[in-house]
Amino acid sequence: MNRRMSLAVLTSVMLMSLLAAAQQPARTTSDSELEKIKTPPLPEFHPQIPKRVVLPNGMVLLLQEDHELPLIDGTMRIRGGSLLEPADKVGLVDIYGDVWRTGGTKDKTGDQLDDFLEARAAKVETDGSSDSTIVSFSCLKPDFEDIFKIFLDVLQNPAFREDKIALAKFQLNTSIARRNDDIGQIARRVSTQLAYGPKNPYARFPEYSTVAAVTRNDLVAWHQQYIQPNNIIFGVVGDFDSSAMEARIRQAFASWPNGPEAPKPQITFTPEKPQLYFIPKEDVNQSNIQMVSPGIERNNPDYFAVEVMNYAFGAGFSARLTKDLRTAKGLAYAVGGGVGSAFDHPGIFRLAMGTKSATTAEALEGLKEELQKLVADPPKGEELRSAKDTILNAFIFNFDSKAKVLREQMAYEYYGYPLDFLDRYRAGIEKTTAEDIARVARKYVHPEQFVTLVVGNPEEIGDQLKRLGAVAKWDITIPPPPPSSHAAGQQAR
Amino acid sequence: MKSPLRKVLPALLLVLMVFPAIAQELDLASFEKRITVKKLDNGLTILVMQRPEAPVFSFYTIVDAGSVQDPQGQTGLAHMFEHMAFKGTTGIGTTDWPAEKAALEKVEEAYAAYRAERYKTVGRDEDKVKQLEHAWKDAIARAQQYVVPNEFDQLLESNGGRGVNAFTSWDETAYHYSLPANRVQLWAYLESERFLHPVMREFYKERDVVIEERRLRTDSQPIGRLVEQFLGESFATYPYHRPTIGYFSDLNYFSATDAKAFFDQYYVPANMVVAIVGDVKPAAVIPLVEKYFDRLPARPQPAPVHTTEPPQNSEREVELQETAQPFYLEGYHRPNYRDPDDAVYDAISDLMSNGRTSRLFRALVRDKKIAAEAEGFSGFPGNKYQHLFAFDAVPLPGHTPEEMRKAIHEEIEHLKTTDVSDEELKMVKTRAKATLIRGLADNAGMAFQLALYQLRYGDWRELFRSVERIDKVSKEDIRRVASKTFQPTNRTVGIIQTIPGASNPQGEKEQ
Repeated sequence: MNRRMSLAVLTSVMLMSLLAAAQQPARTTSDSELEKIKTPPLPEFHPQIPKRVVLPNGMVLLLQEDHELPLIDGTMRIRGGSLLEPADKVGLVDIYGDVWRTGGTKDKTGDQLDDFLEARAAKVETDGSSDSTIVSFSCLKPDFEDIFKIFLDVLQNPAFREDKIALAKFQLNTSIARRNDDIGQIARRVSTQLAYGPKNPYARFPEYSTVAAVTRNDLVAWHQQYIQPNNIIFGVVGDFDSSAMEARIRQAFASWPNGPEAPKPQITFTPEKPQLYFIPKEDVNQSNIQMVSPGIERNNPDYFAVEVMNYAFGAGFSARLTKDLRTAKGLAYAVGGGVGSAFDHPGIFRLAMGTKSATTAEALEGLKEELQKLVADPPKGEELRSAKDTILNAFIFNFDSKAKVLREQMAYEYYGYPLDFLDRYRAGIEKTTAEDIARVARKYVHPEQFVTLVVGNPEEIGDQLKRLGAVAKWDITIPPPPPSSHAAGQQAR
Repeated sequence: MKSPLRKVLPALLLVLMVFPAIAQELDLASFEKRITVKKLDNGLTILVMQRPEAPVFSFYTIVDAGSVQDPQGQTGLAHMFEHMAFKGTTGIGTTDWPAEKAALEKVEEAYAAYRAERYKTVGRDEDKVKQLEHAWKDAIARAQQYVVPNEFDQLLESNGGRGVNAFTSWDETAYHYSLPANRVQLWAYLESERFLHPVMREFYKERDVVIEERRLRTDSQPIGRLVEQFLGESFATYPYHRPTIGYFSDLNYFSATDAKAFFDQYYVPANMVVAIVGDVKPAAVIPLVEKYFDRLPARPQPAPVHTTEPPQNSEREVELQETAQPFYLEGYHRPNYRDPDDAVYDAISDLMSNGRTSRLFRALVRDKKIAAEAEGFSGFPGNKYQHLFAFDAVPLPGHTPEEMRKAIHEEIEHLKTTDVSDEELKMVKTRAKATLIRGLADNAGMAFQLALYQLRYGDWRELFRSVERIDKVSKEDIRRVASKTFQPTNRTVGIIQTIPGASNPQGEKEQ
């Protein structure tokens, strides 16, 4: 029973993790003892930046020595993900990301790999996401050479055995069958569709028919097309010598020629028109409310001011949404939101809240009022200072481990952001003024343009929503498996 | 593949983490040098571990009281107090403490009068109930005028606090966050102050927040509903049968006065351990800790729980008819964490559940192809007292809880009748060591482990010494403990059966 509900429970709003180093006392209170406490300057700290190497075939290496523990971890992030899979085969990259590893290599089955790796408490794993696929390893230092060989084998010689394709499809079909069991999952999924359009590759999801349509040939073809050294960023962190590691990796990939680059997906964003949607769910006593409208890209010059606004508005316990709707009105345990941002496409400006059925309309009105207030009375003075302090005083947590620094650098490298983005971020936050906040509030906060979704118990909610205006339906019925396929797994025995 | 059960019980997951071994590369001696333990005169124990990787630190304060300590008729109170520990102090969160104090006393008087009338079964006057409720709400409004909302949170967050949070489980209550290393003094002041001068302000609004938390986690989640019923069935006398979040009727009953009484009884320095890990030097931290935490008054330690669960002599079962997809859960009583066989249970859990080589994955997911996931684990719902070793499985579409039951029992029988292989046993031990090593690179995780082991064993070194315990587990131990524990009469089963509903008219046909 955590006191703080992570927003993830209600929504997948991506709020960048934040942080920093201003030295003024963060705030004044009536507590006299507190006033006496001195905060010395934070010692000078220069995070260790990984060594960057570009191989002749185009692979980018980032090597981060970390000698604290006898461990070595590596991650390859490879361009091309589910955004590029065909609409009639949604789920392809998900299955690929699973079977790439579980399907074994030409010499060893996936089960043999499992036995070998787990006996050494090591991992070699693969995964697929919207814009990339990943192959990674993690091992104790003395096992590195053994594990690295397996890693290379998985990378270059996957077998995609049929039995594991079937297993991956069972798993995916299980998640399809269960996707309407959890109210939070319904709300997250549908609100993303409302924000981006239901056919948008960031919002679509697999069906029994699209899973059934994926074949082994699709996986093999995907591998041949995308797994090219020039599509790869390879980050390694741990207890090694960078020069030796660089030599080992150069040797491993010396004969691997570059290949075609992954295409950039062409994506259109078509939000649904702003109105209220309702999805009935009879077995709950709390409504899940989501309000969505377009967010921004992180390379937008307004990003820094938007971040400060988000902190004052909807992130954390001292933000307006928590203060007003949770603390003062007791309407919610979980409430939050903000202008979402992503590296290479618009994020979602999302508000999310869970409230008992009886206060659904009151909560909705409360969220709307907060949006209006954000434009009419944007954070300034003490509220602004507190939001900036929250980001800047915690800035150090952006690079408090070498692995974290490596992950950040890999992301900047992947999306073509300046490698000193964090420094720019801090400077951008520092110089944000009340005028900036007022301006971005006017520019991005349009209360009348939000699409609203309520998932909840129709009987308990009664006519509350109708009193607010027209209510549209959104069908979440799961289309049954195609008759010819064994999609739902019934053939298993 | 995160287990659905553990998703419902995040606090449980924390308690379940076992670090049963240390690698040869990291001996206890090297940790002796980095860890300082200080026991204050009032009984509070503080641990400081130096880990100067970056100028930050994390801490955990663990209080040896959880929902097991909730008074009868006041379930949810331990968790409720946890929420109140973020409401500020006599100096933080108020514009005028003396006036607020007087106003809060009036709130409690009004609530006591209202409560007395509301719960009368004979001679209740409904008009009087309304009138007293009104008076209580008026008193709340008057107290509210002195409140600086969320000031304690704001203070922490604007000073760079990360992960500002807490959790309550059946076994304990824990508070934690991370700060930049230049704010140790601020931390020592605030963390001691919140337990020296706690204020039950905005109590009844926060109670509404907690009730929303109950709706979110328990009432509106199929597995949340199952777990509440399942635990109610599993334990007859022991408080593990009650939900940490509390029952509706109790949540709507208890008062700020009740919460303060709970605090006075259980938030006793000798009943608490604080661990701080990061870029901190004992020479600098210990004097600050003494200065601030010494202020907490020594009070008698609460009496330990003495009730034990009587032997379960017959199998029990709960079945929920839900429109959600099916699910299977079963649990067997086992002794508490101090049992000499504790490490054997850990080994069984690892063997049955950890990764694609695990027995349950290979049998139910890979070979029989009837489940999407399956696991067996100790520590349900806590492990401080006698508890359950549980198994659960998520059926594939078209497969039934009954098939899960049968397949799990086959694996259990196998465990009882056939020795595990040398390779399996070695793998379990190797993985335990690696898990410990991987956990060391995390300030917050280490602070939690050190505080918990210090509290549970009186010595943090037990975290590392458990290497010997797990290394000594033999094949015979596994068969013996499995045979002793996994008996039908010691079993409680929980099932979700799927029935058609308005939102899934076709249902998922059970065969």
